[in-house]
Amino acid sequence: MFSNPDLLKFIFGRLTLEAIPYHEPILIVTFIGVMLGGLALLGVITYFKFWGPLWRDWITSVDHKKIGIMYIILAIIMLLRGFSDAVLMRAQQALAFGENEGFLPPHHYDQIFTAHGVIMIFFVAMPFVTGFMNFVVPLQIGARDVSFPFLNNFSFWMTTAGAIIIMLSLFIGEFARTGWLAYPPLSGAAYSPGVGVDYYLWGLQVAGVGTTLSGINLIATIVKMRAPGMTFMKMPIFTWTSLCTNVLIVATFPILTATLALLSLDRYVGTNFFTNDLGGNPMMYINLIWIWGHPEVYILVLPAFGIFSEVVATFCGKRLFGYASMVYATCVIMILSYLVWLHHFFTMGSGASVNAFFGITTMIISIPTGAKIFNWLFTMYRGRIRYEVPMLWTVGFMVTFVIGGMTGVMLAVPPADFVLHNSLFLIAHFHNVIIGGVLFGLLAGVNYWFPKAFGFKLDPFWGKMSFWFWLIGFYIAFMPLYVLGLMGVTRRLSHIEDPSLQIWFVTAAVGVALIACGIASFIIQLVVSFRKREELRDVTGDPWNGRTLEWSTSSPPPDYNFAFTPVVHDHDSWYDMKNRGYGRPLQGFKPIHMPKNTGAGAILSTLSVALAFGLIWYIWWLVAVSFVAILAVAIIHTFNYNRDFYISAEDVSAEETRRTELLARQV
Amino acid sequence: MSKTNVDPLEKPRFYLEEDHHPESSTNLGFWLYLMSDCLIFAILFATYAVVGRNYAAGPSPADLFDLPLVAINTAMLLLSSITYGFAMLQMERNAKAETLFWLGVTGIFGAIFIGLELYEFIHLIHDGAGPSRSAFLSAFFTLVGTHGLHVTFGIIWLITLMVQVSMKGLIEANRRRLMCLSMFWHFLDVVWIGVFSFVYLIGVVG
Repeated sequence: MFSNPDLLKFIFGRLTLEAIPYHEPILIVTFIGVMLGGLALLGVITYFKFWGPLWRDWITSVDHKKIGIMYIILAIIMLLRGFSDAVLMRAQQALAFGENEGFLPPHHYDQIFTAHGVIMIFFVAMPFVTGFMNFVVPLQIGARDVSFPFLNNFSFWMTTAGAIIIMLSLFIGEFARTGWLAYPPLSGAAYSPGVGVDYYLWGLQVAGVGTTLSGINLIATIVKMRAPGMTFMKMPIFTWTSLCTNVLIVATFPILTATLALLSLDRYVGTNFFTNDLGGNPMMYINLIWIWGHPEVYILVLPAFGIFSEVVATFCGKRLFGYASMVYATCVIMILSYLVWLHHFFTMGSGASVNAFFGITTMIISIPTGAKIFNWLFTMYRGRIRYEVPMLWTVGFMVTFVIGGMTGVMLAVPPADFVLHNSLFLIAHFHNVIIGGVLFGLLAGVNYWFPKAFGFKLDPFWGKMSFWFWLIGFYIAFMPLYVLGLMGVTRRLSHIEDPSLQIWFVTAAVGVALIACGIASFIIQLVVSFRKREELRDVTGDPWNGRTLEWSTSSPPPDYNFAFTPVVHDHDSWYDMKNRGYGRPLQGFKPIHMPKNTGAGAILSTLSVALAFGLIWYIWWLVAVSFVAILAVAIIHTFNYNRDFYISAEDVSAEETRRTELLARQV
Repeated sequence: MSKTNVDPLEKPRFYLEEDHHPESSTNLGFWLYLMSDCLIFAILFATYAVVGRNYAAGPSPADLFDLPLVAINTAMLLLSSITYGFAMLQMERNAKAETLFWLGVTGIFGAIFIGLELYEFIHLIHDGAGPSRSAFLSAFFTLVGTHGLHVTFGIIWLITLMVQVSMKGLIEANRRRLMCLSMFWHFLDVVWIGVFSFVYLIGVVG
């Protein structure tokens, strides 16, 4: 049966049974767990006959609100995966001292820290942020959808395809052992001949297509689709930070694409861009990847700053202090984020003058960021602060992020960096700003906008549990790493000789256990809130006494968002409307022009997974077939000119009347 | 402290009663896409600038490049841009047959360009100057090849549009698509000017 090795090689490329990690008990248990969970999910969908609605209303949907929600679901699922990696690492480092080898062999440990970084940045933080921008921005600017609704659906499915490719590596083959940025020459063909780096490359390339297109889409949306009267300086701050973030996405993700393509050529074609010989220059890769990589952290944190700005203004019942300075600070951060990339490798021999330049630009970034912190504090000053869950996250952020910012300024001093480079101090620093900044912001956003998306609030008790577990867990998990870093412990160690350090790692592991409680509380919060949804129901559409346009429509908003396009007079336009006696229009509805759903995005993304799988395993027939299929589907899709329809005036009227009745019952 | 100097008693209009159609975002969106593509080329140019002189004891541009061939190639691409311009002028006049004719001519020039480029590549590889010979040749093949791939996709797109124009005529959607391809085509032309001067001319003359 297996007599013809050439034929087998043709069909399966370099994929063999050996690629299935049946000798790794941890992976087998995970695999069985995932399979059972997946089968249960499929069973539930089939039993309740959800396939039709799932396909019609979600998978093919071009509605920015549903796409936003799907992005966030993807992010939460991937958070569980990325966090499991973190638990494994912390447990290994707490155990593996002296004689004890721990439970993870080095080759497995190296895959775990790589996967942790890649997943947390590309498949948790990015979809989370993009999900919020998708859901909130069109509502905040009074639009009915994004500029290119189909492109939006396609972008989401490409991001999901990237996540699927990365997840496949867990059960078929291996993942990269190179660290999350896959520095050559280690990531080149000579030192990483397996499929790990190829999974990394194609996973990120496929997801990167989605990210870039979604960035273009959202810039066009913000520039072109704002409601009448909303000048740039009347845009809500979250929309401003989204605009800057998307400019950064469009201006940096192509760099990542090109850089990873060059590394792929080195691996597949045998070119010599980043090799050690024949004129290759690995430092070129390090520079290029960080020219993308540094703006990337601002891509993540700027929308979080936007969320905090919205939350602070709403829960203090005041206009945001220093609106204009907030806008300028955001733009300055956007520009400066391009001028600092070299601070990631001060130690790599650029010389004193170059290091000094990049050290100074790095320190300058703390000025606009500091201005933002003061703006939030001054907004709170003499405000009527309501400590609802989103506000708790915001205050927790302000304290935590300032600490992370200060250690960042320490790392920006080149001589200090020579001591701290690649140490656990660095690890503590960037977790301090990414957890304390980005993640706290995203969780504040979940609690803040959830009632808008689903029509009921999240349970505050479990929200507070989640917050306190996360906050305390964060400090216990990462403060020891600052100490260890100052003592000279480097990152990415799977085993440590000196037993006197163990207590710090054990403490950090306790912190991770507390964070696990925080994540569990968050999931419990979702479940409890769903069960108590009638109690937590909000029919006003404005549960927090909000200030921006998204709160002017119902919760969840109708497909068309706004029955009539709003006219804006102030940057807190909904607050302005409420203050000056806005009356909800009850008649005169007109048919509304909307885009049609389409399955092309999901099909193209499935084919992209097949294409990537073929490329990773050298299954060339699969590559050819799926590539041709992608071209064909894309071309056929353009032959469909019938892409829009009208929601009839009667339907709009019925929807709005329903809301009128609900509002009347409320009062 | 409030900046609003609107009379609080006055009740302004808070929504539009008439239909509101924001202007089309396609041109802006496509420009943004082109600029992101431009960045990809910028990275390839930068890479060429950094490793373009790392010959690894292999051939240099002066040994390899056949300037007259490249000049003919460049002429093909520039001519294709002019003929695309003619197609757009005919589109403005609403002349379907003429538009299709000039699109066809553009496609033929594009195909000749790709043909000559492939001939050059095969020739180089045959002479042992393939992309894995040195970092210089890696950067050269990647930069020029990426441009060539773009032109190839442009030709596929062009053919698709020709079919669509002949099926549906010069309707609004097709005009918008022709406009986007026009920007794409001229953009590739501009990039080629950079490749021609920066890689070929400076490589041989400089």
